[in-house]
Amino acid sequence: MAQKRTVLSGRHFMQGDIACAEGAIAAGCRFFAGYPITPATEIAERMAERLPEVGGVYVQMEDELGSMAAVIGASYAGVKSMTATSGPGFSLMQENIGLAVMTETPCVVVNVMRGGPSTGQPTKSGQQDVMQTRWGSHGDYEIIALAPSSVQEMFDLTIEAFNLSEIYRIPVIVLADEIVGHMWERIAIPPENTIRLVNRKKPRVPPEKYAPFMPDKDLVPPMASFGEGYRFYATGLTHDETGYPQTDSAEAQEELVKRLCDKIRKNAEKIVKVSAHMLEDAEVMVVAYGTTSRSAMSAVRKAREEGLRVGLLRLVTLWPFPDKEVSKLAKRVRALVVPEMNYGQIVREVERVAKETPVVFIPKLGEEPHRPTEILNAIRSVL
Amino acid sequence: MSEELHPLERFLRHEMIPHIWCEGCGNGVILNCFVRALEEMKIDVNKVVVVSGIGCIGRLSGYTNTDSYHTTHGRAIAFATGARLANPELKVVVISGDGDLFAIGGNHFIHAARRNVDIQVICANNFNYGMTGGQYGPTTPLDAWTTTTPYGNIEHPFNLVHLASASGAVYVARWTTLHVRRLTESIKKMLQKTGFSFIEVITPCPEIYGRRNKMATGMEMMNWFKTASEIRNHSDPAKAEITPEKIVVGEFIDIEKPTYDYLLRQMINRVQEKVGGEK
Repeated sequence: MAQKRTVLSGRHFMQGDIACAEGAIAAGCRFFAGYPITPATEIAERMAERLPEVGGVYVQMEDELGSMAAVIGASYAGVKSMTATSGPGFSLMQENIGLAVMTETPCVVVNVMRGGPSTGQPTKSGQQDVMQTRWGSHGDYEIIALAPSSVQEMFDLTIEAFNLSEIYRIPVIVLADEIVGHMWERIAIPPENTIRLVNRKKPRVPPEKYAPFMPDKDLVPPMASFGEGYRFYATGLTHDETGYPQTDSAEAQEELVKRLCDKIRKNAEKIVKVSAHMLEDAEVMVVAYGTTSRSAMSAVRKAREEGLRVGLLRLVTLWPFPDKEVSKLAKRVRALVVPEMNYGQIVREVERVAKETPVVFIPKLGEEPHRPTEILNAIRSVL
Repeated sequence: MSEELHPLERFLRHEMIPHIWCEGCGNGVILNCFVRALEEMKIDVNKVVVVSGIGCIGRLSGYTNTDSYHTTHGRAIAFATGARLANPELKVVVISGDGDLFAIGGNHFIHAARRNVDIQVICANNFNYGMTGGQYGPTTPLDAWTTTTPYGNIEHPFNLVHLASASGAVYVARWTTLHVRRLTESIKKMLQKTGFSFIEVITPCPEIYGRRNKMATGMEMMNWFKTASEIRNHSDPAKAEITPEKIVVGEFIDIEKPTYDYLLRQMINRVQEKVGGEK
């Protein structure tokens, strides 16, 4: 008798994109709407195969505009939902990522980054969408973005993304890249009962007392689903806690925008994750994320072999940016080295918080990740 | 003095009234016919979701006392697709405008119709973008005057019922806001249909469109509907013209075919039987 496979617990040799899909299934995702795009297609293909097995819905939409809208619709119908895309599709999704932010919709968007701008290099890796992730939709808002650097993290961080989206009622971006998406590695999928899952808060009041955007102390409002009898209204227009439009009130605009931002800013310490390596006595700190952090780790190890006091701070959370963590460590070192597969994005944030500590940036554009020697040379140059 | 309530008050969010619509606008008629259909159908309102896009009629979802969602411009059908597929118990009705559904949202319309997603769509066709001040849109008649066709419209309009039918809709009708009873009956019929259903409602926009086209009041526009309308049920939607002389209305398509939702659940059941292994 075949086993119903919800969580594929055990050891596997798996591709990053597939691990991401498996993480989503394990997280309780039961709705995927997407549009094929390299190098994220394998996530869609895996979801198309796996979702029906667990009673979920895969729908291939006509474009990314519709995909993101369908994801929001499914989430409002009470189902954990996601999409996966790459740069050009991510651009199209920005419109409704903004809607998801405004209507506080838990959902996950995976962006397996490739080289841009525009169609760019579809099959080659890049980290060029870091700032688009932060600022891509219009208006003031905060977002959560996680950067996996291994196949294991494609699984783990996808689960984390769903949990954060449910806790904070916000779209969470898994900001992967082509290399980590297409890489095959060993991965350990834990037993189902050891995976921590979080579900959105439900209303604790009867329908007649329910105000759909009335926040709790954590600034997050409990969320009713369609069909539960709450009969609520949600809109992309500025609204008050009842959900009704407030298009002329300056106070309503200020209150809403501040809360949408503050529910992330004020909870940043709970959200942010970094991973520190060999930083105790470091004179130079390399700050890296995603695929680049693998080259950086290799460079740091080589530097240590040479007796250089160097460490690595790997950013797991890109947004909200780990201000406190980077700033605290930056004060203790002589210089920072920031390799990125772009022409300068997260380095701006590092410079912002590093203040007087000098920052050396190593850009990388094109098909290959950084060679460890490139990072090593930069380390040597500042010691 | 006691407050007088609308007879269909329980379907409306009275705290949102007065509505934003202009004098002579037909959107209120559409809202009225819709909630009347809900009432007469004795439908479980807790399972109804009203979804709208952007534009004057887009505000309608804020006036119905149902679960309702006001999406970004053009995305109502895509949102509705997600909601409906995620929870098959929901009756998801999209009520939006001609620009929203057929210009910026045109792609979602044809594909949802092609898939035969079980959602119901009502389009208020007022021949222009009213909310933004009267620009021409995908249904503006040739030669009509709008703020962005100062020399007359040189674009051919869509025939929405033909488009819906060719895209695969299982129920297609067109009425004007003059046809209150027929429209209500049509909405009732549509609410009972399974599959992608579509009603076009031609609605007066005297304030923004009419006054630039020699119909400055709601009454004048309604007079046009009255003199020009010709009911031709079951006729070919390709020939359902809208001209100054003639507006062909009626029920054009009413067929059955497997919905996306049905095929999806069938497929999920098949797969689950295979992997679940339980007999």
